[in-house]
Amino acid sequence: MERILFTGASVFSVLGVLLQGPWQTGIAMLAVALIAFLQLKRSRLLAAIATGGMALVAANSLIGLVDEAGAVNAGFWCLVVAAWLLAWGSVEQLSAIRTLSKIYRTVLGVVIPVLFGLWLLILWELLTRGLDVPQVLLPAPSQISERFMSSGSILWADFKQTFLRAVLIGYAIGCGAGFVVAVLIDRSPFLQRGLLPIGNLVSALPIVGVAPIMVMWFGFDWPSKAAVVIIMTFFPMLVNTVSGLSAAQPMQHDLMKTYAASYWQSLFKLRIPEALPFIFNALKINSTLAMIGAIVAEFFGTPTVGMGFRISTEVGRMNVDMVWAEIAVAALAGSLFYGLIALLERIFTFWHPSVRS
Amino acid sequence: MNDASKVIEVNGLSLTFPTSDGDVQALQDIDLTINRGDFVSFIGPSGCGKTTLLRVIADLEQATAGSIEVNGMTPEEARLARAYGYVFQAASLYPWRTIASNVALPLEIMGLKGEEIRSRVERNLALVDLAGFGKKYPWQLSGGMQQRASIARALAVEPDLLLMDEPFGALDEIVRDHLNEQLLKLWAKTNKTVVFVTHSIPEAVFLSNRIVVMSPRPGRIHEVIESDLPPERDLSIRETQSFLHLANRVRDGLRAGHSYDEVS
Ligand SMILES: Nc1ncnc2c1ncn2[C@@H]1O[C@H](COP(=O)(O)OP(=O)(O)OP(=O)(O)O)[C@@H](O)[C@H]1O
Ligand SMILES: [Mg+2]
Repeated sequence: MERILFTGASVFSVLGVLLQGPWQTGIAMLAVALIAFLQLKRSRLLAAIATGGMALVAANSLIGLVDEAGAVNAGFWCLVVAAWLLAWGSVEQLSAIRTLSKIYRTVLGVVIPVLFGLWLLILWELLTRGLDVPQVLLPAPSQISERFMSSGSILWADFKQTFLRAVLIGYAIGCGAGFVVAVLIDRSPFLQRGLLPIGNLVSALPIVGVAPIMVMWFGFDWPSKAAVVIIMTFFPMLVNTVSGLSAAQPMQHDLMKTYAASYWQSLFKLRIPEALPFIFNALKINSTLAMIGAIVAEFFGTPTVGMGFRISTEVGRMNVDMVWAEIAVAALAGSLFYGLIALLERIFTFWHPSVRS
Repeated sequence: MNDASKVIEVNGLSLTFPTSDGDVQALQDIDLTINRGDFVSFIGPSGCGKTTLLRVIADLEQATAGSIEVNGMTPEEARLARAYGYVFQAASLYPWRTIASNVALPLEIMGLKGEEIRSRVERNLALVDLAGFGKKYPWQLSGGMQQRASIARALAVEPDLLLMDEPFGALDEIVRDHLNEQLLKLWAKTNKTVVFVTHSIPEAVFLSNRIVVMSPRPGRIHEVIESDLPPERDLSIRETQSFLHLANRVRDGLRAGHSYDEVS
């Protein structure tokens, strides 16, 4: 696979030079690709670092040229493809290294997605600027990050309002209440049968309808947004916990019965541990739902702060880079939030077949 | 025999499972008395109701007719008084607990103190040759080791009555012999009452002082064989004439029980 990629990189480097792309970059990439191709067997790690580093250097110089008149021609794009193939080949080699070292595997698990994301950004930057895409349609990453730096205090205030208040508080109350109610109705088949269909109904309610009502009930500030989040997260947690609490095998219940365990003893020592994978499932689903809920709810009346408020007003003013900066904050916060819960899941359900492998 | 020596008293007991395609009669007209210090084995073909009878004794299943007393109480009262330890056909350890804390589980539920729990766990893990495995998780152990851990868990309760459902079925011959000897020693030393389900004729003969031969469809007691082997036994007894004679009687009983069936 790497051989095909390096051959491709060489071919596109040559094409790039022939079609009057920046020849220094082309020759350098050609040389590195050929050496990597020939010396592959000696040291994969060395070859991976050389090609990966070369690809990044090439990308950097191509980005430097992208605004110069006449620089962006067919040769330029051939070299972009060559750099991209070189980077791909580098990652292929990194993952082909056979080693049992655990540290190496964990580092690789971080490095590969980071490199992937970086290259996505590089291609995005080159395409938007090289093809002169209007800023309103899609700003380049560099423009977004510039805005990110210059509007730090506004972004922080919005983040505090939307994420630290509406999302986190709503999430905690919604998930907590879902769990507690699931335990409370555990002994009542009547309540279970009555509540679960209503739960399905409420989760199907359109947020567009719920949000304005919550504003009327709880006012313009964050409590009404937290209320929307509570409504969205409560039932997924309820439904998952209820099915998790009935996940234990009959023989495990029999075991508890032979010990004459009380209801609460078998709840805490058997049924809640057995329900944990279900509960974490709900926590993960809810982390995404809470973000969406809080941001969209701000479209329906809010004080002049908040991520959803900023997005809706800046879109109106054609300040698209600000919108993208808010999106970046939301994406970052959302994935960190999700990642944290996934980490907790690995810690608490280490024994589950899906985790322990 | 006075009443105090009777641990289990079963009279005319029947049990029918209602299922979607008609009732299944699992047990019919069972009469059985088990005295304190007995080692009683249930043996019989698969599906003859051995597990069901054991579960009725343990109050995990309710009889549909007849009566049963455990320690002079109903099975439910006996269960709530923690009168017995039960070893299931499968190990059924909790995967989120280490082997040691699995063994500690019933002791925690009984409300014992930390020091007492620790010493009982250690003692009983050593008894089933699992000393040193306490920190492992069940899924890191072989099936046989898991089953031994579940035996240690039942023994840790230190019950006077042990109900064991094919506890050694999943183990290899050598380990099985070893555990048979250990169990017999424990029984001789502590005067426990043991009710033991097995498929193996040599195992039943080696361990028991009474062997209950059951026959299938519906589950009935075909014959109760009293053992004339001395209470102190070791594995070499299996070569003796009286052992082989007893084993043959059990085999004949199983054959005769089977003849109710069309299959030969
Ligand atoms: N919960 C149940 N519902 C319906 N039928 C059952 C149930 N449990 C057991 N049976 C039936 O009762 C009969 C006796 O089952 P049991 O488990 O006591 O047999 P066994 O002698 O222990 O067999 P094995 O040696 O295979 O373990 C079988 O015919 C079985 O199908
Ligand atoms: Mg059985």
